[in-house]
Amino acid sequence: MTKKIDVEVSTLLDKLATELTPLLPNNPLIIGIHTGGSWLAEILHHRLAINEACGSLDISFYRDDFSRIGLNPQVKASDLPRDVSERQILLVDDVLHTGRTIRAAMNEIFDYGRPASIKLCVLVERNGRELPIQADYCGMNLELRPEQHVKLSGPENLSLLIEDSKS
Amino acid sequence: MSRDLQYTDNGKLRHFLTIEDLRKETLEQILSTADKFTQFGQREIKKLPLLRGHTVVNLFFENSSRTRTTFEIAAKRLSADVINLNPDTSSTSKGETLLDTVDILEAMHTDLFIIRHAKSGVAELIAQHVPDHVHIINAGDGQHAHPTQAMLDMFTIRQYKGSFHELRVTIVGDILHSRVARSQIHALNSLGVHEIRVVAPNSLLPAQIERLGVHTYTDLLQGLDGVDVIIMLRLQKERMHNAYIPSEQEYFNLYGLTTDSLAAAADDAIIMHPGPINRGLEISSEVADGPRSVILPQVTNGIAVRMAVMAMTLGGASDV
Repeated sequence: MTKKIDVEVSTLLDKLATELTPLLPNNPLIIGIHTGGSWLAEILHHRLAINEACGSLDISFYRDDFSRIGLNPQVKASDLPRDVSERQILLVDDVLHTGRTIRAAMNEIFDYGRPASIKLCVLVERNGRELPIQADYCGMNLELRPEQHVKLSGPENLSLLIEDSKS
Repeated sequence: MSRDLQYTDNGKLRHFLTIEDLRKETLEQILSTADKFTQFGQREIKKLPLLRGHTVVNLFFENSSRTRTTFEIAAKRLSADVINLNPDTSSTSKGETLLDTVDILEAMHTDLFIIRHAKSGVAELIAQHVPDHVHIINAGDGQHAHPTQAMLDMFTIRQYKGSFHELRVTIVGDILHSRVARSQIHALNSLGVHEIRVVAPNSLLPAQIERLGVHTYTDLLQGLDGVDVIIMLRLQKERMHNAYIPSEQEYFNLYGLTTDSLAAAADDAIIMHPGPINRGLEISSEVADGPRSVILPQVTNGIAVRMAVMAMTLGGASDV
C-alpha cells in the first residue's frame, strides 16, 4: 500500500533554504546522497545561488551490509571534488532513518580528505535510529511504524510517499 | 556444467571460471562496476572498505608477475588481506596434492582463491571441491581460459570505442595455444560485436575455430582490412618445440604488426596486446609504443576489472 504525504516538498525546501542561508559565508560544499539526496542537493544549491557545483555520493561501496546483500548492480559513480580538506560540507539526503547511510557517506567523504566540518540536512527525519546520528536541518518529522518506509519520488514533481511493506 | 558452478541457486556470481557460460548481463555488470572503481585511483585514499576482513590467496602454480600483481593491487584496494603463493609445480603434479594445498589454505579461512595453473580445468576442479562460502577466480588455466584478461580487454575496447555493435575486431597470432584468444572470442560474441576475425598461419589455427563464430585469415593484410580493434597475441616461444613456424624472422615478416601493415586497418583502430610483448617478433616497437597502442591502459584497466570480479563473487546473496 502506498500513500502520498499531503505536504508540498517545495514548501519544505523553502524552509530549509532559509535555515541554511547563514552557512553561506563559510563557502559550504553541498553533497547529495544518490538518488533522492542528489535531487534535493541540486535544488538547494540553486536556491542558495552557490556557484561551485555540488557533489554527489553513491555509498554502495561503503555499505555495512555488503557481505549480506552483495553489490548493488546499479551503483553510480560518486562525484566529489578532488580535495575536500578543510571544507565545510553540507550533506543532503531525503530521509534520515537508521543513520547507516549517513555513516557510510561520512566514511566515504573522509577517504577524499579531512573536511573542516560536516552538517546534515534532510527532508524527512523519522524514528528508527540505530546509530547516534542526528540531522542539523530537517524539513519535517514523522513517526512511523517499523514496517513503513518513506520514499521521495522524482526527480520531476517531487513528492513524499509512505509505503507499507506488510501489504 | 560450469554455468551451474559459476552461479549460486539465486543467480549470483559465485565463481568466475570461464566467459563461456556467463550471461551477457553478468559481463555488462562487470564492465559497469569496473567503471565505478576506476575513479578511486584518482582519490587521496585509494582504498575501499568492501572486502575488509576477507582473505584472498593468489595461488599461482604458473608464474605471471603482471596478472598476479594486478590481482594483488585490486584485492588491496578493496581492503582484503592478500597472500601470494607460488607452489612448486613439480611437487603438486598429482591432483590429490593440489587439492590438499587448497584444503590447507581453506582451513586458514581463505575466502577467495585466485588460481593460475598450466593445466586446463584446474580452477574448475578446485571450484567443485571447495565449500559454498569459498570463491574461485580463474587467472588462466592451460590453453582453456583467461576470463579476467578478456574482460579487461572488453573494458578497454568499450573505453575507446564506446559500444560493441559496429565493431570489427581482429585477433592476430598464436590462436592455437592462446587461452586469452578463446576467452576474448566468447566475450566479444556475447557482447555482440559486428565481426570477429582471427589471423594466423594454418599451423597456429585450432581446428574448427570457425565454429566459435569467427572468420579465419592466413593473410595479415586481408585480416586487418578496415578493422577497428587489433589484438596481437604473444608468440608463445616456450610452446614452439614442434616447428609451428619456419623462423622468427619469417613470422615477423608475414604476421608482425608494423606501421606498414597497420595501414590496412581503420584510421582510428586501436592496438592491444595482453603482454608480455615480444618486440620485433609479433609487433614492432614503433607500433607498440605508438599513439594508437592502448597496451598500457589495458594494464591499468586490469585493476578495476579484477576489483569488480572480486566484489561480485565475494558479495552476498542475489544481485541479478
